Amino acid sequence: MKILVCISNVPDTTSKINFIENNTKFDVAGVQFIIGPYDDYALARAIEIKEATPGTTVTVLNVGLVETEPTIRKALAIGADDAIRVNAEPTDSFFVASQIAEHGKGFDLILMGRESIDYNSGVVHAIVGEILGLPSVSPVMKLELNGTKALLTREIEGGKETIEIDLPFVAGCQEPIAEWKIPNMRGIMSARTKPLKVVEAKGVDQSVALKKFELPPAKGAVKMISSDNIGELVNRLKTEAKVL
Amino acid sequence: MNSLVFVESGEGKIRKLSLEAVAYAHAMGGTVTAIAMGSIEKTELESLGKYGATRVLHVADDRLNQHVIQAYASVLIKAMQDENADVLVLANSSLGTPVAAKVATKIKASLATNVVELPNTSAGFLVKKSIYTGKAFAFVELPNSKKVIAIKKNAAEAKEVGGTANVISFTASLTDSDFNAKITSTEKATGDVLLPEAEIVVSGGRGMKGPEHWGQLEELAKVLHAATGCSKPVSDMGWRPHHEHVGQTGVKVAPQLYIAIGISGAIQHLAGVNSSKCIVVINKDADAPFFKAADYGIVGDAFEIIPKLTEAIKAAK
Repeated sequence: MKILVCISNVPDTTSKINFIENNTKFDVAGVQFIIGPYDDYALARAIEIKEATPGTTVTVLNVGLVETEPTIRKALAIGADDAIRVNAEPTDSFFVASQIAEHGKGFDLILMGRESIDYNSGVVHAIVGEILGLPSVSPVMKLELNGTKALLTREIEGGKETIEIDLPFVAGCQEPIAEWKIPNMRGIMSARTKPLKVVEAKGVDQSVALKKFELPPAKGAVKMISSDNIGELVNRLKTEAKVL
Repeated sequence: MNSLVFVESGEGKIRKLSLEAVAYAHAMGGTVTAIAMGSIEKTELESLGKYGATRVLHVADDRLNQHVIQAYASVLIKAMQDENADVLVLANSSLGTPVAAKVATKIKASLATNVVELPNTSAGFLVKKSIYTGKAFAFVELPNSKKVIAIKKNAAEAKEVGGTANVISFTASLTDSDFNAKITSTEKATGDVLLPEAEIVVSGGRGMKGPEHWGQLEELAKVLHAATGCSKPVSDMGWRPHHEHVGQTGVKVAPQLYIAIGISGAIQHLAGVNSSKCIVVINKDADAPFFKAADYGIVGDAFEIIPKLTEAIKAAK
């Protein structure tokens, strides 16, 4: 079995978000970059499948410039066999999905996170499926393989649904599909020599153009209310905040 | 401008987020046609007129009572062409978002999801979308002649503007490949207020000390007609189901009022609630970081405060 796991290189979830150059560029100063948390779940599930199914290979793919290589090496340290880096800025969902589709032929499973935590669009898996003519399912919280079929659990608002599907397909993953894996020393050592192929991006017609960023307005100071005076809270919610 | 609005339904009822989608399209101006799928009463469909739809296309195919994403996308692709619509508007949801992506890819549309307000069309078509899990916004130009927009809660107010919509039957020939992801079962909490749509959310964290104490919190939620949520540790420990997990990697909520009880306020939790209009934090630790993000705070014991608050709200009604 051949599995492709697509990973994003995103700011750590605790990062403070700032913009520079007149709000047109993300400020990377002091920001730690990580494998997208949802992508990390997809990778962990792929490694579990590899461990349980002899002959399985896991390839990771990232669309990004050279600075994303430490993130790709981490995915190799976690247990992926080889990697592809498409050498381009991941400008928008359609661009990224087109690059993934270009390299996604011949895989039995294409896994990634339900969304990247920077742009949160949550559409790359569906676009990849559409370009390759494969079904796509997201967000998948359980994935069990049974021969050429898979049983998936998808989260929906206020519940979940079970889906039966034939391989190959594309899935956007989220917890609790697998536990995140932490690379061990042997994994870190072997990751240095695993193949990481760098390829140039395929040309794509631009369908969206990012103009500028904006931060939300600063929050006012908290108003503390005594625990002996709950009535005051209810009163303020009604008359001051007008939310009751 | 011609817009088509995909309205979601469940058990024959149109979802509130879809009413906001109709209102959004109406506020953009031009002709608004809605499209609904599966078994829905005609009166329910006609009521979309109140929010600004002139016509409602109804695909009365029982196979579409299940939310089959590929089949829904195929119907919408045909409807966009038949109606010669410029913009497809739908709700950002577990159904709407993947459908939006599929349709946009097929019809070569500019696509934006998580859109938070009406577009600026003074020079082009500029939408504002939420990014970095609510920690920032991006302004994105959609240059293609066809556009697909998935809106977040509160992007438009579902207010009554019109009368009765004209319901028209619509058919699309679906093939086996539209059903190749087969939904074999659906588990859904019924009767409860859905968390992503709720106007009030009451959430509990580790400070609730165990799943056996959730009765109090549910009682409070009931008097407020609120949905219940929880922090990540609470869903990780299995105290509450995963679909109640509010935060960076869980559900993002945007209610009028968010009440957090016994939640310290990790940055990952705040990312899921930062679109709330008003936040109340109840915590026994006066140094809990959540107080910095709150509008109102009470320091004290949750198990003393919750019943008092429940009574005070009942009394104020």
